[in-house]
Amino acid sequence: MSAATDSPARHREKGRYIGRGLPRPGAKRLLAGRGRYTDDVSLPRMLHAAFLRSPYAHARLGAIDVSEAAAMPGVHRVLTGADFSAICTPWVGTLSHFKGMRSAPQLPLPLEKVVWAGQPVVMVVAETRAEAEDALEAIQVAFEELEAVVDLDAARAPDAPRIDADAPDNVLFRTRIEAGSTAEAFAGAQSVAVDLRFGRHTAVTMEPRATLADFDPSEERLTVHQSTQTPYQFQDLYARHFGLSEARVRVIAPDVGGSFGMKLHVYHEDMAVVGASLLLRRPVKFTADRMEAFASDIHARDHRVRARLAFAPDGILTAIEVDDVTGVGPFSAYPRTSAVEGNQVVRLIGAPYRLTDYRADLTVVAQNKVQMSQYRAVGHPIACAVTERLVDLAADRLGLDPFEIRRRNTITDDMYPHTTPSGYRFEKLSLATCLSRLHDLMDYPRLRAEQAALREKGVHRGIGIATYVEITNPTPAFYGVGGAHISAQDGCVLKLTPAGEVQCAISITEQGQGSEAIVGQIVAEGLGVDRDAVRVLTGDTETTPSGGATWACRGAGIGGETALQASRKLKRRILEIAAAILQAEAEALDIREGAVTDADGTPRMTLKELANLAYYRSDLLPPDVSPALTVAHHFAPRGYPFAFTNGIHGSLVEVDAETGFVTILKHWVVEDCGRVINPLLVDEQIRGGVVQGLGAAFFEECRYGETGQLLNGSMTDYLVPMACEMPDIVIAHVETPTADTELGAKGCGEAGTAASSGAALNAVNDALRPLGASISQLPMTPERILRALDVI
Amino acid sequence: MIEPQPVAVTVNGARLRRFVEPRVSLADFLRQDLGLTGTHLGCEVGACGACIVNLDGQPVHACLMLAVQADGMRIDTVEGLSESGELAELQAAFHARNALQCGFCTPGILVVARDFIRDCRASGRKPTRAAIRDALSGNYCRCTGYEAIVDAIESVAGAAPMREDAA
Ligand code: FES
Ligand code: FES
Repeated sequence: MSAATDSPARHREKGRYIGRGLPRPGAKRLLAGRGRYTDDVSLPRMLHAAFLRSPYAHARLGAIDVSEAAAMPGVHRVLTGADFSAICTPWVGTLSHFKGMRSAPQLPLPLEKVVWAGQPVVMVVAETRAEAEDALEAIQVAFEELEAVVDLDAARAPDAPRIDADAPDNVLFRTRIEAGSTAEAFAGAQSVAVDLRFGRHTAVTMEPRATLADFDPSEERLTVHQSTQTPYQFQDLYARHFGLSEARVRVIAPDVGGSFGMKLHVYHEDMAVVGASLLLRRPVKFTADRMEAFASDIHARDHRVRARLAFAPDGILTAIEVDDVTGVGPFSAYPRTSAVEGNQVVRLIGAPYRLTDYRADLTVVAQNKVQMSQYRAVGHPIACAVTERLVDLAADRLGLDPFEIRRRNTITDDMYPHTTPSGYRFEKLSLATCLSRLHDLMDYPRLRAEQAALREKGVHRGIGIATYVEITNPTPAFYGVGGAHISAQDGCVLKLTPAGEVQCAISITEQGQGSEAIVGQIVAEGLGVDRDAVRVLTGDTETTPSGGATWACRGAGIGGETALQASRKLKRRILEIAAAILQAEAEALDIREGAVTDADGTPRMTLKELANLAYYRSDLLPPDVSPALTVAHHFAPRGYPFAFTNGIHGSLVEVDAETGFVTILKHWVVEDCGRVINPLLVDEQIRGGVVQGLGAAFFEECRYGETGQLLNGSMTDYLVPMACEMPDIVIAHVETPTADTELGAKGCGEAGTAASSGAALNAVNDALRPLGASISQLPMTPERILRALDVI
Repeated sequence: MIEPQPVAVTVNGARLRRFVEPRVSLADFLRQDLGLTGTHLGCEVGACGACIVNLDGQPVHACLMLAVQADGMRIDTVEGLSESGELAELQAAFHARNALQCGFCTPGILVVARDFIRDCRASGRKPTRAAIRDALSGNYCRCTGYEAIVDAIESVAGAAPMREDAA
């Protein structure tokens, strides 16, 4: 399942690349230390930026004295908020379909107030980063400290300090979803309830954020090298907010050292670096160091969810009520908003089950902490953990096995298409199949027997499972209708080169998950050429067509389909030319292994011969036959608003009741991402997602003090899962392709993160149950487990 | 003003002389002065392992050392170890197993893994998966699930040595 070999049956079929576990061609460069990340790029006359950051979480800005700093060696300019407000229009992180949403306008550097500890306040641009940092020390800022709003509940108190004048109650957004009557459903029914807390954590991409802006006044051209997953989005933003012509703004995302959603939000530093380059007319680079990353990268989650579940005596689940309060920092992130996280929580809760009645309230609250926004599996882990904990509690109450209660309640195969009470429409999922597959994969009865035997010896093992439904392939309904300039379509330009090779420029981007590799496989198969003959280009707005890029698991499902259709288009074009040359019918020809063939596979001419002729001897083509060997194709999903995927996780843990330490013994995943294009890449991407989810479950938490100071903002204090703490992760696939596309791929990037923390939560609680304890807060640190056990 | 100091080092086999400010870390020196950008900076506090290079044949955190401290020493980075073929076996195994995604952690992991395998071979032992996971306890990877990395190292550690290293 996890070996680097291709499935033998498929391997034997020549020209078949979709579904094969081929290694990534681009990985060789990274293995040789020849990667080119943004910080590796160095331009002539390049200057370096450093930022003075607010030591306070909430303060009014008084006088700023930069005179001494400006005179220091190597310093070119010291810039404050006013320098940028003249050249940059403010941005506001709201979407119009989130009715009533509020958020304060943002500028690169603040004019009046700072709203989180670590917010950049003054920017120094100097010959070297060290000189810029030296100059920071000579800057005087008169801060007038204000009371900070830190806690979720305190922020909503009537007399709480106000962060944003337009949001007097510190609530940025509220919504309610209601279907059926939960009041009736709960009346007289049995029910269970939870009050769960999910801490803040953050992406910790190994490569910190980096931006290098280069404005060339002679052509009014702006080139930005940026570690981002969404170059087109930034091209649009820089052009609009700085009043530049979009065609003269180029954003290049070279190798990107991890992103996970963190690098698609607008950061003040990005805008300041672009602004500084416009003002100084020279290249300016900023690379965050790790402390800056912790203090300014978006954080994730931060929810308090109260929920209850009603069920019948036979274990049939009927209704859920939810109240989700989420803290998003002082304002909503731009351009995707910080409300999407909570919105997905309240829409995904209960999604795998046949509920009749549902009600959910979402409250998005402002706090003096760094902005909270989309990170891998937006909202999914919260929705999954809440739902699956409730289901386990109901099973426990009824004396049912966790597998059995899910078997009785998951949406069945004859119910599709299915609409959830929260309004999501599922084309087709494989919930029951995944459930029984996991049962076999885990060898569940044996695990339970082993657990019982070990309990006799005082060893506390726990087994947890968690079903998830994942949102992938978003259509324009997601951001487009809300007014955000975030594309739901992707584009692909395919060229047969004069040498008969294939160049593919595509708008999805690569952050290591293998976008380029799968696109190469799809094009090679679609066109009938050798995989090695296809070269894929990504991550440059000037050389690739505009599109949505890689986020929300849309790379394979949308980008892959775009590539497949583009390859069909180029194939038709090639065969038209070939038909003219060979005096045959295009329909009677095919392309196999890099040659134009008859329908039976007899080679007639190589693609190289054909390309040579079209490029160099077009005089030999009939006058009505174009020599063009470049095609462009764009594709936007139009069927279901989203292609939902699903799967299930299993977790086996051992809790040490004396120390509170949990050993994660093993983790299983059965997932269905539709058509699997490259199992080698899918498997390890899922494992990476599982590790991030287990990080949230056990280790990762951005801890704040009462005054809003981040207390553990370094890699020595903030715990990231390491190899020695992580278990072997067993993966199995079920394939339910979407019929909305020819390729049938959905997405797999969130699958690992969506359910691993929920499964771990259930596993730990399963271990704690005989001890009469339970835990309801993530991460499940040893201290919290000991508190749950009443030891401390 | 901190005056630059002369430093003479052998980097990837080439003898080099430079003037560097005493406050410059070895990692910054390699990346900025020498353009050896294969050495990455993930934390600058010795926690993540992205910056690990060989110093006189031993893995060290280039972020925790000053360049002037390396005076007179031999430094081998991922670029040099790649070109000399010393990482070839591991690189092939990592590639086949897709034991990397963004690749940012990879140079540091390769240097550590090479050292680990050399030790294993010198003592004639075949490491367990737990031992491999333990050997990686100074290297963060945020993209993979570590499993492919462990698999790749295991496959090399289980194979007969392809070359004898003098180092
Ligand atoms: S950068 Fe040196 S250990 Fe992280
Ligand atoms: S591959 Fe991205 S950090 Fe390891």
